[in-house]
Amino acid sequence: MGRITLEGITKEFGAVKVLHGIDLDVAEGELVVFVGPSGCGKSTLLRLISGLDKPTSGTITIDGTDVTRVNAADRGLAMVFQSYALYPHMSVWQNMAFGLQNEHLPKAEIAERIEEAGRMLEIANLMDRRPGQLSGGQRQRVAIGRSIVREPTAFLLDEPLSNLDAELRVSMRAELAALHARLGKTMIYVTHDQIEAMTLASRIVVLRAGKIEQVDTPLNLFNKPNNRFVAGFIGAPTMNLLPGKVASAANGNATIHFVGDAHVTIPVTRSFNQGDEVTVGLRPQHMRLTDASDETAVHSTVDLIEALGTETVVHAHTPSGETLLAVLPGQAALSRGEPIALGYDTSDLHAFDSSEAAVAARA
Amino acid sequence: MSQAVRFLTRRRGGDGWHWTDVFTWFWLIAGLIVMFGPAVWLGLSSFKTPAQLSEFPPTLLPYITQQVEVEGYDEPLDLYNTTLEDGSTKLLAQVRRIGTTAQMVDPENPGEIIRVNIRNRTPAREIGFATENYLEPFERLDFMRYLWNSVFVTVMATIITLLTNSMAAFALSKYQFKGRALVMLLILATLMVPLSVILVPLYSVISAFGLINSLWGVILPTVATPTGVFLLRQYMLTIPDELLDAARMDKASEWQIYWRIVLPLTAPALAVLAIFSVVWRWNDFLWPLIVLSRQELYTLQVGLFSFSGELNVQWHYILAMTVVTMIPVVIVFVFLQKFITTGIAGAGLK
Amino acid sequence: MPTIGQRAGALAFVPIAKGLSSIDKPLRAWQKKTGHGGMAAFFLAPNMAIFGIFILFPLVVNFLYSMSGGTALFLEERSFVGGEHYERLLNCENYLDTATCEDDLFWNAVWNTAGFVVIQVALLTVVAMVTALILNRDLRARSFWRAVFFFPVLLSPVVVGLIWRWILQRDGLLNLMVVEMGGEQTSWLTERTWAFVFAVGVSIWAHVGFYALILLAGLQAIPKDLYEAAEMDGTRPTRVFFRITLPLLMPNLLVVIVLALIRAVQVFDEVYVLTGGGPGTSTMYLTQYIYEIGFASLLRNPGLAAAASILMAAVLVVLTLFQLGLARRNDKAAKR
Repeated sequence: MGRITLEGITKEFGAVKVLHGIDLDVAEGELVVFVGPSGCGKSTLLRLISGLDKPTSGTITIDGTDVTRVNAADRGLAMVFQSYALYPHMSVWQNMAFGLQNEHLPKAEIAERIEEAGRMLEIANLMDRRPGQLSGGQRQRVAIGRSIVREPTAFLLDEPLSNLDAELRVSMRAELAALHARLGKTMIYVTHDQIEAMTLASRIVVLRAGKIEQVDTPLNLFNKPNNRFVAGFIGAPTMNLLPGKVASAANGNATIHFVGDAHVTIPVTRSFNQGDEVTVGLRPQHMRLTDASDETAVHSTVDLIEALGTETVVHAHTPSGETLLAVLPGQAALSRGEPIALGYDTSDLHAFDSSEAAVAARA
Repeated sequence: MSQAVRFLTRRRGGDGWHWTDVFTWFWLIAGLIVMFGPAVWLGLSSFKTPAQLSEFPPTLLPYITQQVEVEGYDEPLDLYNTTLEDGSTKLLAQVRRIGTTAQMVDPENPGEIIRVNIRNRTPAREIGFATENYLEPFERLDFMRYLWNSVFVTVMATIITLLTNSMAAFALSKYQFKGRALVMLLILATLMVPLSVILVPLYSVISAFGLINSLWGVILPTVATPTGVFLLRQYMLTIPDELLDAARMDKASEWQIYWRIVLPLTAPALAVLAIFSVVWRWNDFLWPLIVLSRQELYTLQVGLFSFSGELNVQWHYILAMTVVTMIPVVIVFVFLQKFITTGIAGAGLK
Repeated sequence: MPTIGQRAGALAFVPIAKGLSSIDKPLRAWQKKTGHGGMAAFFLAPNMAIFGIFILFPLVVNFLYSMSGGTALFLEERSFVGGEHYERLLNCENYLDTATCEDDLFWNAVWNTAGFVVIQVALLTVVAMVTALILNRDLRARSFWRAVFFFPVLLSPVVVGLIWRWILQRDGLLNLMVVEMGGEQTSWLTERTWAFVFAVGVSIWAHVGFYALILLAGLQAIPKDLYEAAEMDGTRPTRVFFRITLPLLMPNLLVVIVLALIRAVQVFDEVYVLTGGGPGTSTMYLTQYIYEIGFASLLRNPGLAAAASILMAAVLVVLTLFQLGLARRNDKAAKR
């Protein structure tokens, strides 16, 4: 129970096309996260799945039943809203009971379900309060509780943690992960925060401008981004993206020149001509200090050092003016203005062609 | 006491009387007298007997003439302070008056009749309230009916106004549909058309429905107020749409969303509209005057007006009934002043 | 935090809602069939039906009435007379001299109304302005003083008229004061000049609090630091008023003036109760003319009344459009 399939979903608001043909298969029990910059259509897609809005074309199936034209109330889904959308004039108990009463469940069962959810979420002592009397975290729990008692086939969560402060967000994130493990139900989760996506998701759907860029597990996204956008979006701090040119290419290998004198030879998945422009991607965490003689190394000058104790974040700039970020393990003895050479394992290097597609062949 | 004086003479800055301070206090005190004075005078006058009302100069407070039971007379007699021929004054009861001579009797010595010129006697009076001014119109005249009619019109019109206006406001604030702009425009347009502009055709519509001389004929044209729809719509626009979506996910029907989510949350605006509706409908005059021609259907306003237009104006009843007519509004004012002033400042209601 | 109002609302509505679950079932079916468009229609229906029948329809047929003759009530029994009523109303040799007009009563009402509007609105605005300025000062018990000036606003016109008729009658309170001060008893409401003075005065008395409140709200919206800055600059109080208060209050002031104009043009009830339009027809205003010609007098002529009401509506429409324009401008200014 809880398999959701999207086929060729498009959505237009008047002349504006927000979604351009989305195909996606969410397996039972999965926690799928939609992530992307604001305006990418992730919340719209969630609302289409919920049934609150209807797609312009395409079909939505839940457990094999076509629900494209079925109303929100009859899809058996529950939703947690960004603003929580708790009914301000009802108590916590009434908030949770409202949906069940609309389904005409027997009173005893309503009470039982609410009691259980209250215990699970540790809000049993708040039942008589109104949303206005609760803290942000408590409201969040109530909103989740309201969806749990419905015993839906799948949960839809629309940026549920975005209104919480940083500390609370971390702990609620952990609780949500635990909750998902415990309930084993399908969850679709929308966020613009890639850390949330990375920590929670079974699979992540990266969206940009109404299109799916890549769907994969968090680590695969991190290790094998399909394209430059995904590479830049996933991972913190962001990947260094540096312009380069193909110096020579043969036998599935290409030698790339970038930032002045660095050159590196890597296996590639397509053929290149000499002089083709590429973008080289290096994660800050994959950089290390190396000898100036290393010919693959990136030469740069230190701008700023953030010594965090366990690691050192180095801001630097290359002779050609690109800024660069390196996260070095431990406490590096560096000073501002110092010239450094940053090295890396060739296998950690990403490369993207002019159409932004990943070209470095990976194991 | 000295504190009270200091409080009352508190001035801006604290040093010397600026002319604006003087003017402020002049304006406030004058305002107090001019704005409240007439209503207070009405209240005091409403407790005076007809005889006292026709006196000039009038007294400030209501008095009633003292009366006494005298042996040998069936009716109680009025008491007068009488100046006797020897210059002494005595409290005597008047038996009857013939021309300028009054026949008086000493209550302690009822056998002897004393003749006195009426100029030599003044009524012995004490402060008292002629409550019959209030009781008789209800008992003998139709004021009980008028009161009931007014209450009926006010309550019904207010309930219907709240229900229909809030439903329309809900549709206009929470749904996207074709023709919404047109509906808004129509409602906006009628802001320009007060009832007084469509009296003639409205009368024919009311009469086509057979509602002439019916309280419903008074109620119905007043309930579709554009102001009410606007006020409620503005308020409903502030209710987040996510709440409605949440309710839809909770399997609530659109009617339930209106009735159980949006309406309770609109309570503050509904309260403002309810208060104004009550005051408007209670005070309506011209339209009821036109629609209602049968006396037993008069509202208080029309009844009071027609009563005051009779040839022999019975001021003692009119004043008392004016007070009665005023009371609900005064109560509303005293208890709900805050709502009213915010309603006016916020929405320009009146 | 839910307010007490919300609590009370919720308490009152929940049980009724339960009783109304019967209405919910057929509605769900309707909703399923018609979707949101259909529900919008359902929610709009009662209001729009009443609105259409009792306001919109009369509004349209008013034009037909104004072009039909006779005393019959229903349109189909009336004869078409074209612009005859308008001709009659507008036929004047000299508009300033009512005696030369075909319908001298109408022009009498027009000029009475014009005079009333000009003087009443001018005085009303000034009094409301002064009151608002005073209430905006650093007063103790401001809400009490505000209540003092606001109190008559809620009184019904009949009550207002009767209160003042009682005070202005021959043996009334005003004459008592006049006599005390050595004057003579006067019949205030049976002398043309005095009747006009009191018609204006009483209507100001009844409405000034409303306008003062709007102006007061405007005054309180002016940021305090502007005044403090002016004080730091050593600006004289009169200059502060004309260069800071008045310009910033202008939107509210214009709204007050236009609203007052709209209401003054329709003046009727409290003056009608006070003077009955007398002495003679000296305080008879347009609405009373329409009422008397349309319903009350022996010369009943609904078509003529409709024509007159359309002429009055034209004035009101112009004023209201002006007001809406102002409101829109204010909204824009507020958003900036």
